[in-house]
Amino acid sequence: MAETRPDKKLEPWRDRDIQPYIRIERVTKNFGDFTAVDDVSLDIYRGEIFCLLGASGCGKTTLLRMLAGFEQPSSGRIAIDGADMAGIPPYRRPVNMMFQSYALFPHMTVAQNVAFGLKQDRLPKGEIRDRVAAMLELVKLTALGGRKPHQLSGGQRQRVALARSLVKQPKLLLLDEPLGALDRKLREHTQFELVNIQEKLGVTFVVVTHDQGEAMTLASRIGVMDHGEIIQVGTPSDIYEYPTTKFVADFVGSVNLFEGRLVEDEPDHVRVECPELGGCFYVDHGVSAPPAATVWVALRPEKVFISRESPGPGPDNQVPGIIKEIAYLGDLSVYLVQLPTGRMLRVTRPNVRRQDAAFDRLTWDEQVWLSWEASSPVVVTQ
Amino acid sequence: MRPVSAGRWAVISLPYLWLLLFFLVPFIIVFKISLSDIRLGMPPYQPMLQWVEAQVVNIQVNLGNYAFLLEDPLYRNAYLHSISTAAISTLLCLLIGYPMAYGIARTDKSWRNLLLMLVMLPFWTSFLLRVYAWIGILKNNGLINNLLMGMGLIDQPIVMLQTDFAVYIGIVYSYLPFMVLPLYATLEKQDITLLEAAADLGCHPVRAFLTITLPLSMPGVVAGSLLVFIPAVGEFVIPALLGGPDTLMIGKVLWNEFFQNRDWPVASAVAIAMLLLLVVPIMLFQLAQGRQAGGHP
Repeated sequence: MAETRPDKKLEPWRDRDIQPYIRIERVTKNFGDFTAVDDVSLDIYRGEIFCLLGASGCGKTTLLRMLAGFEQPSSGRIAIDGADMAGIPPYRRPVNMMFQSYALFPHMTVAQNVAFGLKQDRLPKGEIRDRVAAMLELVKLTALGGRKPHQLSGGQRQRVALARSLVKQPKLLLLDEPLGALDRKLREHTQFELVNIQEKLGVTFVVVTHDQGEAMTLASRIGVMDHGEIIQVGTPSDIYEYPTTKFVADFVGSVNLFEGRLVEDEPDHVRVECPELGGCFYVDHGVSAPPAATVWVALRPEKVFISRESPGPGPDNQVPGIIKEIAYLGDLSVYLVQLPTGRMLRVTRPNVRRQDAAFDRLTWDEQVWLSWEASSPVVVTQ
Repeated sequence: MRPVSAGRWAVISLPYLWLLLFFLVPFIIVFKISLSDIRLGMPPYQPMLQWVEAQVVNIQVNLGNYAFLLEDPLYRNAYLHSISTAAISTLLCLLIGYPMAYGIARTDKSWRNLLLMLVMLPFWTSFLLRVYAWIGILKNNGLINNLLMGMGLIDQPIVMLQTDFAVYIGIVYSYLPFMVLPLYATLEKQDITLLEAAADLGCHPVRAFLTITLPLSMPGVVAGSLLVFIPAVGEFVIPALLGGPDTLMIGKVLWNEFFQNRDWPVASAVAIAMLLLLVVPIMLFQLAQGRQAGGHP
């Protein structure tokens, strides 16, 4: 799911005929003097897994809570499935939420927790029992239906919370840091499980997370937030490969950022002179910026080639350096290479070959050449 | 096992020593008196142990005082009336105290301490004085009657003092803080997101209160109720000052036996019987507390 196929059905935001399921229009939320959400407009489509990604305090949770109805927008409008949500209390919204703390009712058993939402709709007892049983089976908790929440592990509680929020078959499920409390292995497993459940039930997910890995795995689209504003919306690969601002480039994944000046500005390519690089970036896409403007070039560490030999005719897109630090991470190695200007550049390289004694590895203080393709750097103007 | 240090022993044994000296020893003395015969003189009862000869001890155990409690309907009525008065007062305290505690727990944090202090403020005045003050409010030419007559709403003063009504007012007024404080403690630490989760699942706020807030505050309800009920059963000052001559409460009966009839053995038997009667709710309380401690983390 991480990779979205270029199919129209999977990219409803590209189709002008499809009405968005959630329409957030110029929503602002103030708490006293503090603006938690600042003039946010966003369309989310049916069947999406939309991730709101940002550091803590960026307003992503407040936005989610406004969708759930726990907070009212100070201004702006939220519509779900065409219906304006202003003044509609949480208990009348077609929305369910999975809380960060799970918020399981401590005095009820697992089965009672899951049944709670159905009981509010006064469904017949038999139907409640069947649906609870089916839900517990989906999250693989059938055997633990009689336990109280405090008798469960963190991962089990998380699954109860998920079952409880899904049992009413909501059209829209809001998830607040759903995997925050789980350890890494369980997290990865649950991420895929969430995607499977989402595909099986056809629910629209809006997920709040500060973990970019989580956003990348889960999301059909990501909205990156900072200081109450949405900075960029796009598919995980859009966000990663074509960040539109320094902030997004830096926040999602790791990046080498260079400040520079546009010295050549053509529709099909630009050259950016960067004093810290001691040379120029030649980038094979155009930039909309005034001539000689200050811009930033973002270069992902995995897109840099590292070799002992000179990569060939220069002078753009290549630079010599000395390896200062090496971090061996198993699947890949991270090199910190010092450029002649003194600037450090981060390079990662997958460990394709086994690094045994016979392997002629790059080592500390070795003189190397760094190079990259013209399509690799991204120029951002803010 | 680590050797237990002397300091630790001292810390553990001190409260036990206190209980031994000021609870168990007096209890044994009272229990002993309750098993003796009345006599004229000082002390006004027959000692239980008597040296008849050099090596013969005469032990006299008189169970007649307890039999007397069962025979005379006065005591049974007093016990029953005490319990019913305490139960009704506890219920009234709960009905008034729960909204208070709930309100305080849900107000803004900066206001909570002030409101809590207001709840505890009456403790700064002597309990006795506060009960006396109610006489001035409730009596025939007291504050309320004067006010109502002055406004022309009534021509005759309403008799409130020396009635059960006055006793309820006195008990509820005096013990309300003991209800509010434990209730506040449980309500304040309740997780608000539980109510959000309930609302999110389609639960109306009123129903959320009944299905989430109320069950989760039961430990506070039990603690507060016992803190009010137990002392209210043995209450003496309030019925003596605010109640009428026919307000029969066991505390008053006890007082009369000791100081008017000077029948120490029967009075002691009354006291022991009352204690046994109250041990049951105390044990229920401890059971509830134990369950709470062993329950949610």
